[in-house]
Amino acid sequence: MSGGGLHPAHSFTEEARENLRNRQLRANLGFATKTIREKRLRVTQELPDWEDLRLQGAAIKDEALASLSENLLQLEARVQAAGGQVHWARDAAEAREIVTALIQKHGAKEVVKVKSITTDEIELNKGLEEHGIHAIETDLAELICQLAGDAPSHILVPAIHKNRTEIRDLFRDKLGADLPTDDPAKLADAARTYLRQKFMSAKVAISGANFAIAETGTVCVFESEGNGRMCLTLPEVLITVMGIEKVLPHWEDMAVFLRLLPRSSTAERMNPYNSFWTGVHPGDGPKEFHLVLLDNGRTNVLASPVGRQTLRCIRCSACLNVCPVYERTGGHSYGSVYPGPIGAILTPQLLGMRDQNANTLPYASSLCGACVEVCPVRIDIPEVLIHLRGETSKSWFERMAMRFVARAMSSPGRFLRAVKLARFGQKFFVRKGVIRKAPGLGGWTASRDLPALPQQSFREWWKESRGRES
Amino acid sequence: MGLLVATIDLFITCLNDALFPRTGVAMVTLFERLGHVVRFNAAQTCCGQMHLNSGYREEALPLIRRFVDTFSGAEVVVAPSASCVAMVREMYVKAAEEAGDNALAARATELAGKTFELSEFLVGQLAIVDVGAYFPHRVTYHPTCHSLRLLKVAEAPLQLLRNVKGLELVDLKVADQCCGFGGTFSVKNPETSTAMMVDKIGNIEDTGAEFCVAADNSCLMHLGGGFSRKGSPIKTIHLAEILASTETS
Repeated sequence: MSGGGLHPAHSFTEEARENLRNRQLRANLGFATKTIREKRLRVTQELPDWEDLRLQGAAIKDEALASLSENLLQLEARVQAAGGQVHWARDAAEAREIVTALIQKHGAKEVVKVKSITTDEIELNKGLEEHGIHAIETDLAELICQLAGDAPSHILVPAIHKNRTEIRDLFRDKLGADLPTDDPAKLADAARTYLRQKFMSAKVAISGANFAIAETGTVCVFESEGNGRMCLTLPEVLITVMGIEKVLPHWEDMAVFLRLLPRSSTAERMNPYNSFWTGVHPGDGPKEFHLVLLDNGRTNVLASPVGRQTLRCIRCSACLNVCPVYERTGGHSYGSVYPGPIGAILTPQLLGMRDQNANTLPYASSLCGACVEVCPVRIDIPEVLIHLRGETSKSWFERMAMRFVARAMSSPGRFLRAVKLARFGQKFFVRKGVIRKAPGLGGWTASRDLPALPQQSFREWWKESRGRES
Repeated sequence: MGLLVATIDLFITCLNDALFPRTGVAMVTLFERLGHVVRFNAAQTCCGQMHLNSGYREEALPLIRRFVDTFSGAEVVVAPSASCVAMVREMYVKAAEEAGDNALAARATELAGKTFELSEFLVGQLAIVDVGAYFPHRVTYHPTCHSLRLLKVAEAPLQLLRNVKGLELVDLKVADQCCGFGGTFSVKNPETSTAMMVDKIGNIEDTGAEFCVAADNSCLMHLGGGFSRKGSPIKTIHLAEILASTETS
């Protein structure tokens, strides 16, 4: 089933090693990320004020986060005034309990869901299943993941790891669909037939939210398929689970994010479906609306001066599509519902830097900085990665090695002695000017030769040729 | 008219000092040919990038202090490494502020203003694009991440290379994607690093170039190590070495 929570089962290094062997996955990812990357570049370049929009986006989010508690209390008051109900959840377990109790109150055994990464974060589907409630994913890609029993591998293109043929086989097998070809239109038809029936019969719907506006009490969801719109409007009861960082103070802030988000995510000028709702309205849409506000580690992230910029994230996934590490290792390597560069900083922080597997994520980057250039809210991901690396515990061997190097670099004399020592030591391993294998260098030499240290360092050459130290 | 500089302080970087002295020698040759006085302050060791980027803030700070002490009196500091220059320019002040050392932050800010990567110094500060070099080979240029994204040095190396006599410059596909080195990333996540390297190497091979040139020997060491392991005839070379080459050398 879809939704894997936050806790990685293994280290990034182990997961990546495994996933790198999957050639089909790498081909799918390479093609998909390249396509979205190029499209994003085109649609952002056509806006002359794109860089200003990014600055505004970052500033609005920073302002919203600086007065988070006021914004949340105002949101609560406005939602209640419009006939909605607001629930506060400290962590994933509390959020699951709240949602489960609400569904049970209405006696529903089957609920429809609009794609929501936040509900995946709290492993809601699994929690509901334990109470005999089946949640049906209605986003096409999420449905594919759910039917396949896979976790989503991309924030926005959750089934990016699957190709058409694999999907056809899945629909034949799980939906009993009659599919002679893997024509995309026919695949979509099969899913539509199945889902329409579910929309008409479900009493309760569950959604996430892209943003909420404090001053009006409005919540919104942007999507491409219209399945979200059906979830949000057809069932009698709507339950929205939202991370507390998604609240914005003003209605006019949407003017910035409605331009930033679609261009950064699906590389569209606007999302096909933009749904906004404020509480409930008699005779129109759900009769009951519940907003569940989720912390689940977010206030800890907010407490860190370097780390808090992570909460600006609007889940566009632009950083995934430009990341050379993500492009090769895929979303599953990150072991959390938040993959890619943003996941590498968000997951370990949400877990309070206490999860050993999640703490390997800040190292899943060459610090190339491609993510910084595309982030619509200008999160300096490498800056946060470096900061978080400082917060993780390291192996004894690594600490000793790094201290040794730091000590050697503490004076030119020590540095030169260390170079001479290494020059002596390498004699046993150098063949034809390179080292192909040596103890302790396996990480490097498994795939690369290491050049041998030349007989004279620069400083020795300088001293010899100039006859002086400087 | 370019900037008048009395003395150029060379920041050779620890990696070049120990492993690629020929790049440092090329810097000396090049600047002296252009009529400049160069100095190598032997008190220099390492800028501390490896430690800071690997999560060893405490170990990095003394190296940062040493670097600032060593080069504070310099007129300009020029290095054959975009990555190390980016460390000095982009990270020093932040690291000092995070450590609560305002005096160090102030000195680092001053130093950042006069520290340059080789190509940006030649083109941006000295206003030279033709250094009188000769290198009769087919060459492709790999823009390293820190030159491109931190220093924003995109055009300068290409301008310099286009003016090298005899040199045929060929475009590299997906040039702006990382080669996979990433410092300690290359040994902490060797499989991922290698997957990135394999793609980069493939793109370099597709150019038919004899040499791959870049502004950082760290990335070149990684790519060169891959070429060497593969038995490929393609060689890696630092930009300074091409610019130092002449018809007589």
